[in-house]
Amino acid sequence: MRPRGAVGRRDGAGAGSALPRWVLLPAGAGLALFVLPLLGILSRVPWTRFGALLTSESALTALLLSLRTASVSTVLCVLLGVPMALVLARGHVPGTRVLRSVVLLPLVLPPVVGGLALLWALGRNGLLGPALSVLGIEVGFSTAAVVLAQTFVSLPFLVLSLEGALLSAGDRFEAVAATLGARPGRVLLRVTVPLVAPGLVSGAVLAFARSLGEFGATLTFAGSLQGVTRTLPLEVYLQRETDPDAAAAMSLLLVVVAVVVVVAVRGRRSAP
Amino acid sequence: MSLHVDVRLTARDLDVALDVATGEVVAVLGPNGAGKSTLLAVLAGLLRPSAGKVVLDGTVLAEGSGTFVPPHRRGVGLLAQEALLFPHLDVTANVAFGPRSAGASRARARTRALEVLAEVGVADLAARRPRELSGGQAQRVAIARALAADPRLLLLDEPLAALDVTAAPEVRQVLRRVLARGDRSALLVTHDPLDALALADRAVVVEGGRVTESGPVQQVLTAPRSRFGARLAGLDLLPGVLTAEGLRTRDGGLVAGLAGDPPAAPGGRGVAVFSPAAVAVHPRDPGGSPRNRWAATVVDVSPRGEVVRVRTRLEALPEHDVQADVTLAAAAELDLAPGAAVHLVVKATAVRLHPTV
Repeated sequence: MRPRGAVGRRDGAGAGSALPRWVLLPAGAGLALFVLPLLGILSRVPWTRFGALLTSESALTALLLSLRTASVSTVLCVLLGVPMALVLARGHVPGTRVLRSVVLLPLVLPPVVGGLALLWALGRNGLLGPALSVLGIEVGFSTAAVVLAQTFVSLPFLVLSLEGALLSAGDRFEAVAATLGARPGRVLLRVTVPLVAPGLVSGAVLAFARSLGEFGATLTFAGSLQGVTRTLPLEVYLQRETDPDAAAAMSLLLVVVAVVVVVAVRGRRSAP
Repeated sequence: MSLHVDVRLTARDLDVALDVATGEVVAVLGPNGAGKSTLLAVLAGLLRPSAGKVVLDGTVLAEGSGTFVPPHRRGVGLLAQEALLFPHLDVTANVAFGPRSAGASRARARTRALEVLAEVGVADLAARRPRELSGGQAQRVAIARALAADPRLLLLDEPLAALDVTAAPEVRQVLRRVLARGDRSALLVTHDPLDALALADRAVVVEGGRVTESGPVQQVLTAPRSRFGARLAGLDLLPGVLTAEGLRTRDGGLVAGLAGDPPAAPGGRGVAVFSPAAVAVHPRDPGGSPRNRWAATVVDVSPRGEVVRVRTRLEALPEHDVQADVTLAAAAELDLAPGAAVHLVVKATAVRLHPTV
């Protein structure tokens, strides 16, 4: 049986009452706020030297570091975020509301503050610093710190996206799977995860994009060492005065990546 | 005894005891929100009862706050109103899901799936995706999927309710064939008396989280002892206490009637059941014998083919509606409309008195 509600919703989509025209004015102003800066970047990009600027050693190093760290932090987000979303959506544990607020925190916290918080928790003089030092682990100002900072800010995107998918999928398929004799582990892998795969993919893509663009937490927790912690956004920030052309070219690259991500996620969401 | 249930679930105000013999199919009837689906969820292991016991084929599935066998180890199949086929698996993989979960090899699970699909008459759908199936086809595949897991008990939660008029008979036939084999117990939640008659050996009526009636389907539908049973059967029903003279209702009035089957023992709780066709409607108190005469107010008037059904509320027992069927001519003559005051009379010979649980 097809879910009747979904069809009804789609049928009714065009049947809403007309909008008052004045709504278009602030809506247009809002759109301009997004579009104008993009035009600003395009106006600054030195198109003739575009390729050369992007393939300069420092730009390439930063780009590769960004791709590497963002990939690792996306994997970390999936490994940590999927269980978190499952607990939030299906765990029936007390305090879910509080837990959800905690997960939301990095989303609304200024990344710089997040970076400082990480430093004070995991840095050499932080809460766990001495303990980590004993184990021979120095997190602060290393590539690992970049990955941690990125994971810190990106995790909520994956958790919230996946939790939404889990809640809207409901647990009825899982109940049926259990009555068919499937153990909880099998239900999770064979039913739950495939059902929410679109939500998981879009969550991972969002997390990757957020990691790629991370700046504040990275700078405060990991610093800006070329080849070690200086990711593309840090490179852009560094170059903005010494070589504005290079900054513009790298900015455009980040914009293109962002657009690709948005299209990918939206395409996923609107697919049946 | 195959299934023995005696459970309480305080949060949902459920307190149900029932037994199902091996191979027996029991219809669970009742109004919306009576606790029928909650009962099935308790049996499937999706809800934990707060007290009581569920025993299936000698295995304790749940007992008080102690033993609780999780759903995947119960051997209890569940078929819901919607087929709920896994959308990411094709039909064969959906049906093979149960055998695979039980540890069968890929090949054996597949063989078993194709076997059951053929049994249910949908072998031709084996390679389809769930979204390519009609409602009736999907439900038949869902039946096959439930059977392939080889459940000891099958729970059917309004399996035909979401199907259109052409698909329902086909699926009903499949269920009839599957359930008639007599080797598997089943509980069938339904609101359709036809389903109960076609598929079940026995019916229980659940109202307000309690079993209010239990007996052969035929008896529940023709000689109901519960309000819901009476509604299904289209009969009027008044509850009370049985005495030597008749049924004493809550207001102290007496309903005279013929002893039902089995004959009612005086002193116990019972019901008076009569057909709306046996209720005469008068504009004024007709006098005569004081028995089975009630002042009432018309609540609703609706045409039903040759007759007009008049729903009334008794002045003495406002919590019970009594329906009367009158001819169109009589309805016009009496000027029946909601709010009209009338007097109802039922001959004692048209009333059956049954004891209740």
